[in-house]
Amino acid sequence: MSDIPAKAAPVPSPETAGYWAGAKRHELMIQQCNSCGRHQFYPRVLCTSCSSRMVTWVRASGQATVTSYTVVRRPVSEAYAPDVPYVVALVALKEGPTMMTHVVGIDPEDVRIGLSVEVAFQDWTEAVSVPVFRPVG
Amino acid sequence: MAHSLRGRTAIVGAADTDVGVIKHMGATQLCIEAILRALGDAGISKDEIDGLVTCNSMAEPYLYHAETVAEYLQIFPKYCVSVGAGGGTTFTALHQAASAIESGICHTVVIAMADSLRSGMSREKALAMQSSTGHPQFERPYGLPVPAYYALIAQAHMHEYGTTPEHLAAVAVATRQHAMRNPNAQMRTPITIEDVLSSRLIADPLHLLDCSLVSDGGAAVVLTSRERARDFRRRPVYLLGVGEGHGHEHISAARSLTTSAAVEAGQRAYAMAGVGPHDIDFAQLYDCFTPVVLIELEDLGFCAKGEAGPFVAAGHTAPGGSFPVNTHGGLLSHTHPGNPGSMFALTETVLQLRGDAGERQLDKAGIALVHAQGGIMSSHCSIILGREDAA
Ligand SMILES: [Zn+2]
Repeated sequence: MSDIPAKAAPVPSPETAGYWAGAKRHELMIQQCNSCGRHQFYPRVLCTSCSSRMVTWVRASGQATVTSYTVVRRPVSEAYAPDVPYVVALVALKEGPTMMTHVVGIDPEDVRIGLSVEVAFQDWTEAVSVPVFRPVG
Repeated sequence: MAHSLRGRTAIVGAADTDVGVIKHMGATQLCIEAILRALGDAGISKDEIDGLVTCNSMAEPYLYHAETVAEYLQIFPKYCVSVGAGGGTTFTALHQAASAIESGICHTVVIAMADSLRSGMSREKALAMQSSTGHPQFERPYGLPVPAYYALIAQAHMHEYGTTPEHLAAVAVATRQHAMRNPNAQMRTPITIEDVLSSRLIADPLHLLDCSLVSDGGAAVVLTSRERARDFRRRPVYLLGVGEGHGHEHISAARSLTTSAAVEAGQRAYAMAGVGPHDIDFAQLYDCFTPVVLIELEDLGFCAKGEAGPFVAAGHTAPGGSFPVNTHGGLLSHTHPGNPGSMFALTETVLQLRGDAGERQLDKAGIALVHAQGGIMSSHCSIILGREDAA
């Protein structure tokens, strides 16, 4: 056993299992409404636009734009200390929904609102992979 | 016309405990101390309370907090509830208490809140509390300390409106200037814009001095019906308007990063009170982090969108300014024991409206707006309070 405390790994629920199973396959899965066609994230049992319960999993393009970000200089816990400074961002997916993520593969000082990014995956454990984003190209 | 709480209830007692680092008292004890002091201010005994509203404590949590406090005091209220709305708890509690009085459930309610985040928490407990913020699956894995959530809001406001780190720092400086006039404030040494900008960067653009304190303390108020208020010895402070707005829980699901549900909360409170932003003499605005004050100034109609930074930088919210904000020193410089934080904004407002604020008494203090938000700009509640002549 490592002495380093674990990061806050997600524990999937029945509603979110499809998302985390996708992440394990390195696919970003979001929901689309069969009635009105809108995409949504996070996963829910109903479409929040038209209230239809006919929502299905689709693979997102993985293309997104940074809508806000911060560079974390003081980690939330010891588990994140080796990563400091790290970029936490909100990104708007091409399909519409916004999600929180890390932006990696770029000097934190160079991250800007409006930056085009694409999804990548970090394998944390045998069971858990977490979506992050990196600059396009 | 919809049924209105306007002028139907009044605060007739208000008091704070000592605040800051209070090692000799636990969180429950601080809550009891606050109640006893507020009852003393109102001039009534504990047996005259028939309603009790509290919020839970992080340091000494109870499954049924208000019931525990009632049991401790050996009072047997008709109405007893613990409210949990983060930083918005104080005014949500006041809203519920006023509604309970108006509907006849009870007639004299004590609202009391206290915690000891500074002295009553083990390191493990404090860390667990900090990491419990955020969506457990879609935010927490990314490792955000609490300031980072607010940094996302600040960064978006800067990008959209040209707000600068200096504007954020000006909030901390003006608030400290108020605290310097309050002998009870935790932080009373003067600071400059440069001090804020050269303090440790926590999560860009927020520096250490953009962040509020971590403290021990509590406060309580006594609320009663308009009919009974005149029988108390203090000048009653009337609840003229109250409104809530709830936009999201998780910042990644917010409708907007730069405009909050404070808009709806404010509009609802103004409509009930029959006043607008220009009628307000001073305000106490939730200031867990400096950018929150700027967004509240805008969303509550005191500034146009994007103009709050220059407004604060020009000194309008500082002592002697045209629109004083956080006259006690706020969460940034007075005290911040967590969810009870806005209680001190409430008790300060009562003092100002009564004319009892001592050397920091404002010349013009007839009507005030007090606003709190909880979560990450999630749940908002505005209240408008006024003296007899406004009610
Ligand atoms: Zn739909």
